[in-house]
Amino acid sequence: MEHIVIIGNGISGVTAARHIRKLSDTEASSTEAKKITIVSAESDYFFSRTALMYVYMGHMKFEHTQPYENWFWKKNRIDLKRGYVENIDTKNNRLHFAEGDTLQYDKLIIATGSKPNKFGWPGQDLKGVQGLYSKQDLENLEVYVPNNKVCKRAVIVGGGLIGIELAEMLHSRHIPVTFLVRESSFWNGVLPNEESQMINKEILNNGIDLRLSSNLKVIVSDENGKVKSVIVQETGEKIPCDFVGLTAGVSPNIDFLKDSGIETGRGVKVNRFLETNIPNVYAIGDCAEQRKAIGNRRPIEAVWYTGRMMGETVAQTICGNRMPYNPGHWFNSAKFFDIEYQTYGWVWAQPKDNEARFYWEHENGKKCVHISYDKNTREFIGINTFGIRMRHEFFDKMLSEKQPVEHVLEHLADANFDPEFYKLHEKEIVAKFNAENNTNIQLKKKSWKRIFQTY
Amino acid sequence: MKTIQNIGLALFLVGLTIFTSLIFFGRYEVTPQILENLINNKGIKSELFINNMNSRVVGKEFTNSFSFSTEITSALKSTNETHKQNSEWDKVIWDKPHSFSYEIAKQAGSGLVKENKWLFWWLTFGLGILGALMYIIPNVIAKGPPGIKNNGIWFNAATNRGWIGWFAFVFLVGFYLLLYFRPDYIVNWTYIVDPISESLSGNLASQWFLYGFLYCVVMVVMAIRMYIKYRHNKYQMLRTTSVLFFQIVFAFLIPEILVRFEKPWYDFKNAFPLDYDFFFSWNLNELIASGGLGIFILVWGIVLTLVIVPVMVYFFGKRWYCSWVCGCGGLAETLGDPYRQLSDKSLKAWKLERWVVHGVLLFALVMTGFTLYSYFSGADAVLGIKTQTIQDIYGLLIGAFFAGVIGTGFYPIFGNRVWCRFGCPLAAYLGIVQRFKSRFRITTNGGQCISCGNCSTYCEQGIDVRAYAQKGENIVRASCVGCGICSAVCPRGVLKLENGPEKGRINPTEILLGNDVDLMDLVNKE
Repeated sequence: MEHIVIIGNGISGVTAARHIRKLSDTEASSTEAKKITIVSAESDYFFSRTALMYVYMGHMKFEHTQPYENWFWKKNRIDLKRGYVENIDTKNNRLHFAEGDTLQYDKLIIATGSKPNKFGWPGQDLKGVQGLYSKQDLENLEVYVPNNKVCKRAVIVGGGLIGIELAEMLHSRHIPVTFLVRESSFWNGVLPNEESQMINKEILNNGIDLRLSSNLKVIVSDENGKVKSVIVQETGEKIPCDFVGLTAGVSPNIDFLKDSGIETGRGVKVNRFLETNIPNVYAIGDCAEQRKAIGNRRPIEAVWYTGRMMGETVAQTICGNRMPYNPGHWFNSAKFFDIEYQTYGWVWAQPKDNEARFYWEHENGKKCVHISYDKNTREFIGINTFGIRMRHEFFDKMLSEKQPVEHVLEHLADANFDPEFYKLHEKEIVAKFNAENNTNIQLKKKSWKRIFQTY
Repeated sequence: MKTIQNIGLALFLVGLTIFTSLIFFGRYEVTPQILENLINNKGIKSELFINNMNSRVVGKEFTNSFSFSTEITSALKSTNETHKQNSEWDKVIWDKPHSFSYEIAKQAGSGLVKENKWLFWWLTFGLGILGALMYIIPNVIAKGPPGIKNNGIWFNAATNRGWIGWFAFVFLVGFYLLLYFRPDYIVNWTYIVDPISESLSGNLASQWFLYGFLYCVVMVVMAIRMYIKYRHNKYQMLRTTSVLFFQIVFAFLIPEILVRFEKPWYDFKNAFPLDYDFFFSWNLNELIASGGLGIFILVWGIVLTLVIVPVMVYFFGKRWYCSWVCGCGGLAETLGDPYRQLSDKSLKAWKLERWVVHGVLLFALVMTGFTLYSYFSGADAVLGIKTQTIQDIYGLLIGAFFAGVIGTGFYPIFGNRVWCRFGCPLAAYLGIVQRFKSRFRITTNGGQCISCGNCSTYCEQGIDVRAYAQKGENIVRASCVGCGICSAVCPRGVLKLENGPEKGRINPTEILLGNDVDLMDLVNKE
């Protein structure tokens, strides 16, 4: 029986395990049969990393972040091993654990995810200084920032998705937060200026002390090795604080592969089949680095969805149906305090030469739609939608069919995914587009027939 | 803000304490006049009972309802025993002892409360409402801008099965036990709402009027809480307004006004088999005796269950009833909202749910079958089982214990839909329609789910919504009441309640959207 070992029990590793089991659910005596082991140093069971924030905020208990009940693993014959892999002996197909034991594998999937970036800031390893990634990070938050008595002020360094989530978390416990963002506007490396400005406002409206164009210089220690204050590079200002959150992005968690012979760059180098340079060793999820970027995507994508898709793909390959990782049209989502964000296709922070843009914002300043399309061919390229939910299927279809922007706008009513009775804005959006572009697009009524054709 | 809320909480607790303590006060004295009225009204033929009352009760003053109740019920029991032994069946008093005792106590009571009904209304209901609103309304500001603010729910002893939750559990269970089984202990509570009852139906308040009024008050106050909590969500605002409207107008005002015009008390939205005694002979007889309106009600009740309910479920899902119209649902969605996260999401609970809820439906149908057979054939027993007995068992186990004591009393421990999920026969019926023949589903938005679990955590029906969403599968479940909270709490815009064509309602999910796999290729290779 072939033994598949997966290092890492995040979304990538667990998806791979589930799909391998699904595809090889045969008699144990069969040659196709597979033994599956998932190794994790972090937690006994799979949990949703993206939900850790809700545990701290008291929306959920940690158990609620576990998508499968504890009996699930045994029932599906997926063995779980708690242990920290120190190194991999790829010649002998053997894992060596920090605890001293070893584990033999026939095929190995590396799905070890990311770790928070630290850029060599003085004081970055002090007590009360941490990132927000793992279960242990969550537990440390309860030690260093349980409430606003223990922590009079927190400083967050790094203006990305995790940074704003951490700000929301701390804010939920009434802890004053200073948010140091290197960029001149929040996440403007990814978001166009309009959306970025909207989120700046949302952050300020929630009482966060947002400091744009501000870098961290030093984290200052007290006499016990705990953070006391930070100093801002640009102004030299000293901000007293009891906690520093480092949220300046993540990078692949692959230090343990140093002497394994597995080729690494920033991440584990893989081809389109998610194979590393060593036969029978695969890498998926945040820690995998494509040798050649796929389309407009980055070689490393630390995104929930891509991790899941890589898990689905590698399972096919391992079960005898060698399949390239072929992510479809880009999509993503997030929530910035009370503003939900979804994106389908590409809307770059700066328009490319061939791109034209259309932007609509609601008067309340909490909803907007930003559409990118080709100036010459009119082809729809992508959409950012803030405060309005839209259908994934709809835009996937538009992108696949290379529909012109006029067609997308004409059918925008089909795209709406807000709860029933919500105010609809498609008319305003189309009217604004018509006014700006001298077009005469007539919004069509929502059609169930069209919506269900998209499947 | 905090100060106002604390004062509100204090006022609420004072009101609640006064209300609770009223059970222990009051004087009860049966005058010869009261006894005489009782004998005439009830047609009591037992001299033994009258003698017993004269020697043990009449002219004596009881200083609390408990000793009064004990005396009356024991007098009743002992005389009934004697008559039964002597086979003097016409002398037996068939009333339920504590309801009988309640009727006497209602007239025999005196004291501060009865003499100052409005004053005590203000000291109990008044303080409670005022205090609750002072606690709730400042949340407009205290909880920050509109949006999902479930902060701290799992840290709060009231909402995480902590000591406050257990205290509320004991209190509610106690309340329901008194209401259903010891109405004679709570006579003082009914005095408080006498003036309101008289202005509506012209009668003094029974314990059921008290319950109906309290139900409406609690729903209004907690609906205000819903309006604040979900002010960004129009679906929730409309839904809350709808349940409130149907409770106040259909379940409370119309039936009371019908009584004023000497028509039968009837709640036009309460469909059989939730309204389990609709086909009981006393109800049928009363309806038939009430002329045109009675016949209309009879036809309406049948059409409601057989036609309106399933057709509406086909078009809108069972939500149109369970979370837009129903009274039980209305209380669950207002008073119960703070407890929705406590429902059990395990597979075990789901299995149990299916056995129990369909079992109750079957029980209700069998009981009704017996009832109708007896009604038309005149036989008082079917297959050797007395119809009356099976009706009594249903009324006690399902009507009182399951729907009341467990259904609401268990809110703070097992979540707010225990009755609707495990016990309601109507919900079971609607669920079957919804599962197999309906346009309603919760659509999952392609591949956007991040498995965070907010949807499952806040599903009051204990549906593991995430299990479907993370597979990109639409949610089509018999038990879903369409409250819309999963969609509201989703941070990624993944869930949408909608009614659409049946085709494609349950969608294929071989590979999630986002991964461009040639599906046919995949299927062929397998």
